[in-house]
Amino acid sequence: MTWEEVHKDMDAYQAALTAQSSSGVDRRVAEGRARRAGVRAYLKAHPDEEAAHAAQARAAAPAGAAPAAAAAGGNGGAAAPVAAPVGAGVAVAAAPITAAVREAPLPTGNIPEPKKGAPDKHRLLAIVPPEGIQRVEREQGDRVHTWPHLLLEEFIAMAILFAGLLVFSSLINAPLRELANPNLTPNPSKAPWYFLGLQELLRYFHPMVAGIVIPTFILVGLAAVPYVDRNPSIKPGDRKVAITLFTILFMFGAVLTIIGSFFRGPGYNWIWPWTQGVFFEL
Amino acid sequence: MAKIQPPNLRESEVWKSIFRPGSIYRKGYKDTSRDRALATMNNVLWHLHPTKVKRHGLKLTYTFCLGGLSFFLFVLLTITGIFLMFFYRPMADIGGAQAYTDMQTIRTSVFFGDLVRNMHRWGAHLMVLSVTLHMARVFYTGAYKPPREFNWVVGVVLLFLTLGLSFTGYLLPWDQLAIWAVTVGTSLAGYSPFIAKQANFLLLGGAIVSPNTLLRWYVLHVLALPFVLVLFLAVHFWRIRKDGGISGPL
Repeated sequence: MTWEEVHKDMDAYQAALTAQSSSGVDRRVAEGRARRAGVRAYLKAHPDEEAAHAAQARAAAPAGAAPAAAAAGGNGGAAAPVAAPVGAGVAVAAAPITAAVREAPLPTGNIPEPKKGAPDKHRLLAIVPPEGIQRVEREQGDRVHTWPHLLLEEFIAMAILFAGLLVFSSLINAPLRELANPNLTPNPSKAPWYFLGLQELLRYFHPMVAGIVIPTFILVGLAAVPYVDRNPSIKPGDRKVAITLFTILFMFGAVLTIIGSFFRGPGYNWIWPWTQGVFFEL
Repeated sequence: MAKIQPPNLRESEVWKSIFRPGSIYRKGYKDTSRDRALATMNNVLWHLHPTKVKRHGLKLTYTFCLGGLSFFLFVLLTITGIFLMFFYRPMADIGGAQAYTDMQTIRTSVFFGDLVRNMHRWGAHLMVLSVTLHMARVFYTGAYKPPREFNWVVGVVLLFLTLGLSFTGYLLPWDQLAIWAVTVGTSLAGYSPFIAKQANFLLLGGAIVSPNTLLRWYVLHVLALPFVLVLFLAVHFWRIRKDGGISGPL
């Protein structure tokens, strides 16, 4: 922990933070100002510590600065305020309120020669006040570490599914009928279960409608969902139409699939599975 | 007698070359914020995830783990499918339907053959179900809304590919159930406008379900469709990360 991170005077810090926050400044600026207020309050109460700290800061200043001072010449006056916070670091916060003398590191005098023919421009190093920095980072939000939280959950879900599938597969055999015979049509002939909704539609519509138009419409319609539904809200209360429509269509598909699977027997005629039996294989 | 020191495996050059600098397998794992992040970051599989996720995404009733379980089923089906490929030939010429006899061999003679085949078949049905339910979950949580519109479209393609994989696999046992289900399922393509004959021929490699169809669907099932599916899966997962992780909270 560095010297400036210790909130030396918590009462002063809290008071300043409350005042700054209520005046509506940015959170980071408010925290910075409150920290400064806390340090100042502490140093006022402990003048001896301030002197010791100033001495420490002086010792930490770049050692090579002094010998080069002579070469700096007239530029020194302009460069010093810029260099001060860079070299002296944290001590700058306490400087204005105390009498302790604190030397700024002197300019090095290593001024590069401009290239021949280069346009007469110069660069400036500027100090930017914290208010001037626009905060662009994303809100962190309420986040947890992927390991162990999410990965453990995924692992458990995976293990349960795997165990369930293993047990189910050891107990129940997948069907294998007699060798394929193109000349012997089973009665009824059914498509795999996920197409039985479409096969059921064949009872009501022309094959072109049930087999081509409706499946195409479903696929294209599904893909178009995000471009049709322009309602930006994800709150269920704001999406009553979308949710109702989707639920109706989804249930429609589910009901058709169940009818095709369990309520259709020989000749693909209607049956009751509890009386005539189930004509369905996975 | 000189005492022989056992070599410190973790200090060896080989070990260090395998695990990246900062890996928890180099310096050991301490339960710190840093090591938790590194555990995800330095693992090629877990790196699918960001190091941190929104807390509400852990709630079981938000995702029901359906997307992750669909992916797990795909991996499981790949592994069991590779196993089955060792014992299966997609041939069904007159006089010797190897595809069907291989199925019988798998069931009766191959070590664990029956179990692996059952897992492959039940897992395939389960995957169609889990992918469908995953789509419903994504709809109900509004997770297809900006910026995730395109990933929904990729998801619809993945659903279509899942159905295609399941349907092509359905023919491979070459029993009565297989060819007649496929005959019924593909008969609809014969009603497509303008290209009915061409569509049927492209699908079946002939006018009816035949040994040609078996070979064609076998290649689609074990190679072509999984390859395309993996491409779309990669885009799907990548876009989840780029679009800001799990959607919500509601």
